[in-house]
Amino acid sequence: MSAGATDLPVLLPYRAPAPIAPSGLAAPVLLGGGTFAAFAILFGASLALAQVTARPAGEGATTVLLRWAPLIFQGFLFNILISFLSMALGTLIGVLVGIAQVSLVAPLRKTAWGLTQFFRNAPWLVLLFYAMFLLPFEFRVFGLTIAFPAWVKAIIGLALPVAANVSEIVRGGVRSIPSGQWESAEALAFTRRQTMWMIILPQAFKRMIPPWMNLYAILTMATTLISVVGIQDGLTITRAALVAESRPELMIPMYTLLLLMFFAYCYPIARATMALERRFNVKA
Amino acid sequence: MDPGAPLRCVRDDVADGATARQIAMIAAFFERLNETQGLNFSVFYDAFDRSRFLTGLWTTSYICVVAILASLLLGLLGVWVAGSGSRLGRLLVRAYVQFFRNTPPLVQLSFFYFAVGGLLPTVSDGFGGQSPLVSGTGWAIIALSLFAGAFNVEIFRAGIEAVPSTTVEAAESLGYTRLQLYIHVVLPLAFRICLPALNNNLVNLVKTTTLAYAIGVPELLYAASQIWSESFNVREMMNVLLVTYVLLVAVLVFVMGRWERAMRIPGYST
Repeated sequence: MSAGATDLPVLLPYRAPAPIAPSGLAAPVLLGGGTFAAFAILFGASLALAQVTARPAGEGATTVLLRWAPLIFQGFLFNILISFLSMALGTLIGVLVGIAQVSLVAPLRKTAWGLTQFFRNAPWLVLLFYAMFLLPFEFRVFGLTIAFPAWVKAIIGLALPVAANVSEIVRGGVRSIPSGQWESAEALAFTRRQTMWMIILPQAFKRMIPPWMNLYAILTMATTLISVVGIQDGLTITRAALVAESRPELMIPMYTLLLLMFFAYCYPIARATMALERRFNVKA
Repeated sequence: MDPGAPLRCVRDDVADGATARQIAMIAAFFERLNETQGLNFSVFYDAFDRSRFLTGLWTTSYICVVAILASLLLGLLGVWVAGSGSRLGRLLVRAYVQFFRNTPPLVQLSFFYFAVGGLLPTVSDGFGGQSPLVSGTGWAIIALSLFAGAFNVEIFRAGIEAVPSTTVEAAESLGYTRLQLYIHVVLPLAFRICLPALNNNLVNLVKTTTLAYAIGVPELLYAASQIWSESFNVREMMNVLLVTYVLLVAVLVFVMGRWERAMRIPGYST
């Protein structure tokens, strides 16, 4: 009986199947560069279009853009500054709450858990509004008046959800250490505090870094929210520039420029996060 | 008409009466709270504020539901194109994912609403005026779906890759074709693997709908800000708002959790 006359799958000639899932795509750096280039091309094309369609009396689109670009970049740098400060504050609070989340004292653990869940599930913008409107604009401590400007309140408002997320990262990191480590430390007569500081946290720390970096990238992108509550950041300046010039054809180039700035900053972070994840991930 | 109808009407009336009484009681309680404690929860006793708040809640829910469905579709479409073997399609999907994951959603929304929306033609609204082709709500849905869809592509891809290769090989050796393999083996398992991550992303999407405030969509945050700027009850409205969002997210998490449990295969742990 020839092979063609059978309908039994096992007797059919074997054909190597196509790969199941997309894997091993183009080199990541190439891809990032490609995406960047694609949007740079879009940016260039829209700019050229704006240049061509500009009213004859007005100046060229490139001139206008070049005039505003340094200012927009400054606004973008302010976003980065805010992201650094909120991340520092959020990490500080988050680590404390996260350690409280794995404490043996039940009320402490439950309070920390409740706080974490609440701030993790509330929208960032609402928390930002919360901080902006409900914190006082100045403090009086012993007759000394400490001003509390809007940007400090914004940092606190952004630090709240960051802290909750960091707390979850710390808890997850500690939980991810196999219980054998705890048990062997106990067998070697380490106290709980010693076990935590000398055995668990050093191992967990490494695993917490990738999600922490991921959170930082998310925070950097969320810093544009401060423009909604009236702080001058990159987005505010972009919008103000567009209003000042009142040239609708410049809208796409200007917004694309801002998007490109954020992409150029966040994409390398995302790449590094993935590389670290791969390095720390021990395949079973 | 069926004979039971009049009876049901009577029962409905009774039920309506009871609900109305309850609403009146709640309203009276909050009005007293305002007079005695100065805690002004105007959404609970002022009919106008309440209707504004409920309209906002409705708009937010509408944006959420449509954007969730659209982002799921986008995710499936993206993973299908990326897996179809076309090099160009794969690169396009990757670029889409990377771009939307690494730029701020608020700037994306502004880009779509102001820049792209400004270029689109306007249509006559039938009353002699001109209205934009896509409304603010429409742009919010488009931008949020694209944003969440980018994450969904990655989640579905990771889920498909996480299906054990031995399972796939076993199915192949049993003579499954590629389509059968996907429908009967890979997708059911992959779907269960990616449910937790999907859950997370959808919760994130619900939280991101607040960004629509920035382009003036009358959603929950917008309604609340209108109320607090007129009734001067920022603190109370803030807390109502936070609790409402936490409840919205809780509903989603509950539904997804139920679904996750219902889909669980006994004895198969992921």
